[in-house]
Amino acid sequence: MLPIYAQRRLVNGFNLAISLLTMGFGLFWLAWILFTLFKYGFSGLSLELFTQMTPPPGSAGGLLNAIAGSLAMTLAAVAIGTPVGIMAGTYLAEFGGRGWLAPTTRFINDILLSAPSIVIGLFIYEIYVVKVGHFAGWGGALALALIVIPVVVRTTEDMLRLVPNSLREAAAALGAPRWKVITLVTWRASKAGMMTGILLAVARISGETAPLLFTALNNQFWSADMNQPMANLPVVVFQFAMSPYEDWHKLAWAGALLITLGVLGLNIVARVLFRHKMQAD
Amino acid sequence: MDGQLIQNPKIQVRNLEFYYGKFHALKDVNMDIPEKKVTAFIGPSGCGKSTLLRTFNRMYDLYPAQKAEGEILLDGHNILDGKQDVNKLRAKVGMVFQKPTPFPMSIYDNIAFGVKLYERLNKREMDERVEWALKKAALWNEVKDILNQSGNSLSGGQQQRLCIARGIAVKPEVLLLDEPASALDPISTARIEELINELKEEYTIVIVTHNMQQAARASDYTAFMYLGELIEFDRTDTIFVKPSKKQTEDYITGRFG
Repeated sequence: MLPIYAQRRLVNGFNLAISLLTMGFGLFWLAWILFTLFKYGFSGLSLELFTQMTPPPGSAGGLLNAIAGSLAMTLAAVAIGTPVGIMAGTYLAEFGGRGWLAPTTRFINDILLSAPSIVIGLFIYEIYVVKVGHFAGWGGALALALIVIPVVVRTTEDMLRLVPNSLREAAAALGAPRWKVITLVTWRASKAGMMTGILLAVARISGETAPLLFTALNNQFWSADMNQPMANLPVVVFQFAMSPYEDWHKLAWAGALLITLGVLGLNIVARVLFRHKMQAD
Repeated sequence: MDGQLIQNPKIQVRNLEFYYGKFHALKDVNMDIPEKKVTAFIGPSGCGKSTLLRTFNRMYDLYPAQKAEGEILLDGHNILDGKQDVNKLRAKVGMVFQKPTPFPMSIYDNIAFGVKLYERLNKREMDERVEWALKKAALWNEVKDILNQSGNSLSGGQQQRLCIARGIAVKPEVLLLDEPASALDPISTARIEELINELKEEYTIVIVTHNMQQAARASDYTAFMYLGELIEFDRTDTIFVKPSKKQTEDYITGRFG
């Protein structure tokens, strides 16, 4: 074999080995984290988790109020954030070709997208919690909505840009006014992609602790009143994990596992949705 | 050829100028498009034939940087007039594009989409309209059992006929075809050409094509364009057998372009 080919083989082998090693390094920690989580988390899983409230130290209990609170605030955050995000993303993709407004909005959205969530928590604390005078579930929902919005804006814009212009022209050529072109054709063409964006936003907020710490805080008891402090999984995990009590630690692990499984499930659903979209085209 | 040869013009183009921003794409175009005939636009890439076609339904309105000057009379009314309702114009002047563009919905809804913009039909009337349009586009037999399937599930040639059916369903008077067969295989192309031949009984058809045989086969009149100007416009047999301009002859014999 010519020496140059031997050398290329060597370089190729070396680079491949380095790539595999770095990948292995990353996966190793991820696997360790998941292993630890599953080991402690599954041992804490039980039916009581879903039927009882967070207990005082030393007595048995579950996470029902925290699960319900997380679900309620996530739902409210998505209900507030999704319409705003979809509208803004649609504006950027469909009308944002010219002028200064769209590039500015896009820039601010990018900043919001990467803003530390604790800043968003403090912001809502200042404009909402301080004004109403107490921590409340709505504050948590608002803070989470502020995290949902930039994610949805970005994915909506990206997905709408993937829709070929010929489709818009074809609808316009039939005499459809612009709003019908957008709502009946363009949105429909990118439905799966936009849904994926919303699911990813939900995944993003379901583990957020910082924005809830300043807004919804926590609640030892069952509360369906969004105007009161509200229990939620991330803050419960945070508080219980920091405590010196063994049974609280167990619940914290179980809570962390629930969040992880939830996010995992959402990601899988998002992937399946997106794959369906790709196949449909 | 002078305008007089066309007995009953459906569209009259008068001193048309067109600009993409600063680029002057059409220069003083004058022509009469005859009613219920097939008129083909031929010419090399970038000569302005698609641009001219897209002025007939004001497709360029979607893009702020594009503008047209002059007059285009549809049944005697200037459609470039600012008062012209663009959507009403497009109901009369349908368009089919180069690449098939089925909407992301069922075959049935693809046809119903345009109809719903203008008419309120009950279920039975809509069923009849969809069947009528699909039959006109010679697609009914292939899709009558799968009307609820996505338009994307059809083959390229079927998709293009679906787009033609969609255009016909709103009952336009003029049908603009922008290289409708250039993305299709020869058999699908032949079907589209047959279809054009049948449709000209009822519609005024204008077709842009890169394929000179197609223009010769499918059209009654042919316009040859070059660098934004209309070089020659005449009966198709005259253009292909005895063109009066040297540029036209050079192009159709393949000496340039």
